[in-house]
Amino acid sequence: MTPGLDLSRTFDVLVVGGGNAALCAAMTAREAGADVLLLECSPRDFRGGNSRHTRNMRYVHARGNHYLTGPYLEDEFRDDLRRVTGSGINEQLARMTLKKSENLGAWVEGRGGVFQPSMRGTLHLSRTNAFFLGGGKALMNAYYATAARLGVGILYEAEATDLDIREDGFVSAAVLYQGVCETVRAGAVVVASGGFQANIEWLREYWGPAADRFIVRGTPYDQGRMLRVLLDRGARPVGDPRSFHGVAIDARAPRFDGGIVTRLDVVPFGIVVNKEARRFYDEGEEFWPKRYAIWGRLVAGQPDQVAYSIIDSKSMGLFMPSVFPPFEAGSIREMAGLLDIDPDTLEETVAGFNRSTTNLDRFDPAILDECHTRDLTPPKSHWARALDTPPFYGYPLRPGITFTYLGVAVDERARVLKTDERPWPNVFAAGEIMSGNILDKGYLAGFGMTIGTVFGRIAGKEAARHISR
Amino acid sequence: MMTVCNACRYCEGFCAVFPAMERRLTFSDPDLKYLANLCHNCRGCYYACQYAPPHEFALNVPKALGELRLETWREFAWPRFFRGLFRHGGPTVWLAAAVPAAIVLLLVLVFQGPGALIHLQAGRAGFYGVIPYKLMVVPFSGLGLLVLAALLVEFARFWRETGGRLAELAGPGALLPAIWDALRLKYLDGGGHGCNYPDDRFSHNRRWLHHFVFYGFLLCFLSTTVAAILEHLLGRRAPYRFLSWPVVLGTMGGLSLLVGTGGLLYLKGKMDPRPAASGASELDVGFLVMLFLTSLTGLLLLILRQTPVMGLLLAVHVGIVAGLFITLPYGKFVHAVYRFAALARNAVERSREEDH
Repeated sequence: MTPGLDLSRTFDVLVVGGGNAALCAAMTAREAGADVLLLECSPRDFRGGNSRHTRNMRYVHARGNHYLTGPYLEDEFRDDLRRVTGSGINEQLARMTLKKSENLGAWVEGRGGVFQPSMRGTLHLSRTNAFFLGGGKALMNAYYATAARLGVGILYEAEATDLDIREDGFVSAAVLYQGVCETVRAGAVVVASGGFQANIEWLREYWGPAADRFIVRGTPYDQGRMLRVLLDRGARPVGDPRSFHGVAIDARAPRFDGGIVTRLDVVPFGIVVNKEARRFYDEGEEFWPKRYAIWGRLVAGQPDQVAYSIIDSKSMGLFMPSVFPPFEAGSIREMAGLLDIDPDTLEETVAGFNRSTTNLDRFDPAILDECHTRDLTPPKSHWARALDTPPFYGYPLRPGITFTYLGVAVDERARVLKTDERPWPNVFAAGEIMSGNILDKGYLAGFGMTIGTVFGRIAGKEAARHISR
Repeated sequence: MMTVCNACRYCEGFCAVFPAMERRLTFSDPDLKYLANLCHNCRGCYYACQYAPPHEFALNVPKALGELRLETWREFAWPRFFRGLFRHGGPTVWLAAAVPAAIVLLLVLVFQGPGALIHLQAGRAGFYGVIPYKLMVVPFSGLGLLVLAALLVEFARFWRETGGRLAELAGPGALLPAIWDALRLKYLDGGGHGCNYPDDRFSHNRRWLHHFVFYGFLLCFLSTTVAAILEHLLGRRAPYRFLSWPVVLGTMGGLSLLVGTGGLLYLKGKMDPRPAASGASELDVGFLVMLFLTSLTGLLLLILRQTPVMGLLLAVHVGIVAGLFITLPYGKFVHAVYRFAALARNAVERSREEDH
C-alpha cells in the first residue's frame, strides 16, 4: 500500500479494481502525467482479481520470437473469435480490439512483464498466445511494482461501494477503507472491477438454488458491485445476464479461488453420468479444448448440479493429472457405492454403453477417431472404448464458473454508454466488466487478457486526456 | 504439494525442478530428495504461486524443498557421528572458528614461546618461525584428505540413493552439462531475469554475489595450490612477494570473498522470511561468516606481515582456516556437493528424454 495517501484531495483518475485491466489503465494514465489512485478491494496477498489465475495472452503479431513460435495475423484472430462468439457482439469494437492487440507483448515487457522463453522440447509454447513466466500472478506482481514505481497510489482492502455519477459525469466514489467510508473525488473514473461471478446471491436471481452448488474458479472478490451501480445509474447492459463461462471441475474443489488445478480433462476418455447414474451428453463430441467450456453449463443443468466421469484403467495417463485423486474401484458396482449413486442403474448404463461400442481397434486420442457408439442415446462420437478393465476410476464434477458475460456497453474510447447510447464524458470501463461487448459466449484462451490490456490502455489514456482538457 | 504443482505447471519456466517434476507422475522419497537439492531457492515459484499462503492450499515450494534439503544433508552426512552439527549451525561455527584458533595459539605459545607471537617476524623464515613447516603441512594435508573423503562419501550416498549408477557419471552427458550449469549458476537466473531475492522483485544481485564467493573461493584454492607447487616442487619458501602468483591470486580471491560473503550477509538481513526453510539461516550465516573471517584474517595477515602482530594473526588465520575445513562437510558448503549431483542427475534425465 502507498503510505501517506491523502484521500481528501481530488485525484485526476480513480481506478476501481486491481486486476490486469485496472493496472494497465492506472499505469497508462500515470505515464500520461495523471495523478492516479487505484483501489483494490482484496488484501495484498490476493490482489489481481481473476488475472492472478491467468496464464497467457493472445495478440496479433507478424512474426514469431523466443516465446511465440510463429506469426498470428488479424484475419486468423478474427476467424478464431468468430468461431466461438455469438452474433450479439459489437463487431466494430471487436475489430478494433484485435487491431490494437498488435505486439502487446512488447508493451507488457516494457512494464516488467516476463514471458516464458522456449525450453527444451518447446513445452507448452504456442504460436498464438504468449505465456507469462510463472503465470498471471507473477505478471500482476510485476505490474504492481511498476505502478508503484511510476507513482500510482495503491490501496488494498479498499472497496468502492457507490459512484456519484450525474448527468454530466462522475463526481466521486464512496470508498470503504479501514472501516471508514470515505468520499474520493477524481476528474475521471476507470471501472475495471470485473464481473459478478463470485456473487452467489446475484447468480441465484437467474439460476435459483442451483447457484448454491456452483464453484467459483477465480477470485471471491468479483462481487459485481460496480457493475450493479453502473447499471443502476443508467448504463446500457450488454451480454446475457444468465450466461457465464463455466467448465466442469472437480466437485471437491474449494468454493473460491481453486484456479487451474481443479480442472478435469478426463471427460472424453470415459462416460459421464448424472446422480441418477444415466448419461446425458456426448462425451466424445469434439476435441476437449473445443468442448470443455460447455460442460459447466451441462452439469449445471443436471439434478443437484453434479455429475460423475468414469473411466477404466486403459485411459489412465492419457490426460493431465488432477489435484484430487480419483475414486478407485474394482467393479462398477463398487464405484456406484463410492459415488453414492444407484448401483443397478450404473451397471445398466455401463453395460448398455459397452454393448454399443464399435471399432475399438481404431481408438486414437490424437485424432477424431472412428471409435464411436452405435444405436445409443446420447451417442459418444469418438474415443468410445468399453469400460471393461478394472480398476475403474471416478471423478465427481460440478459447474465451475470462470466469469460472467453481463457487462456495460462502451464506445471505442472505453467510455461507458447510457441506455440512450450517449457516453458519460469521464466514466470509463475496462476488462471483464465490458468484455461482453466483444465476447458474448464461448471463450478463446488468453482473450480476456487481450481485452483487459487493450481497453485498460485505452481507458487510461482517455481518462488522462479528459482531465488534461 | 507436488500434485498441485503437477496439475498447474505455471512455474515450469523458472528452473529445472518443475520439468523434472513433470517427468514423474508419482514421487518416491528419493525423487523428493533429488528435487529438493535441484532447487536453487530462487523463490520465483513462491511469489508466482496462486496457491501460496494465505490460500487454503498454502503451497510454499521453496520452504518445503529447503527443509527437505536440510534433511538430506543430515541423512547423508559422514561420519554419521557429525550429523548433529547440521542442527546446530550457529554454535558450530563459533566453536569451529574459536577452538582451532585457540589451540594453534596455545601450541605456538607452549612450544615456540610468546616471542614467536609478538615479534618482528618478517624475512625468509617468516611464517615457519611461528609455526614450524612440518606442523603446518602435515595436519592440513591430513585434514584436507579427511574432508575430501567425507565429501566424496556424501556425494556417493546421494547419487546411489537417488537411483544413479556409477557408469552414468562417467559419461559426458552428466558431468559436462552439470559443470556448465554450476559454473554459470544457471538456475539462479529464475528463467532469465534474476531470482526473487531478497523480496518479490526480480534481481540478479544474489547470483552476482554468489559468483564473487564461488570464484573467490576458487582463486584462494588456486593460490594455495600454486603456493604448494612453489614450496614443495620448486623449493621456494613462503611468504612470497606481493607480485607473486600466490599472493596476487590469494588477494583477488580474498577480496572477492569479502565482497561476496558481505553482500550475501547483507541481503540475508533484508530477506523475506516466508519462503525460507526453517533452520537454513543458521547454516547459511555460519558458512558465510567463516568465509568472511578466513578472507579477512588472510588479507590482514598480508597487510601486516611486516609488523609485530604477524605471529598472532598467522595463528588466528591458520586456526580459522582449520575450522573452516573441519566444518566443510557438515555445513552449508555441502550444498555444492548435492546441488552438483542433482544437476548431473538432471542432465542424465534430460538426455534420456531426448533419446526417446
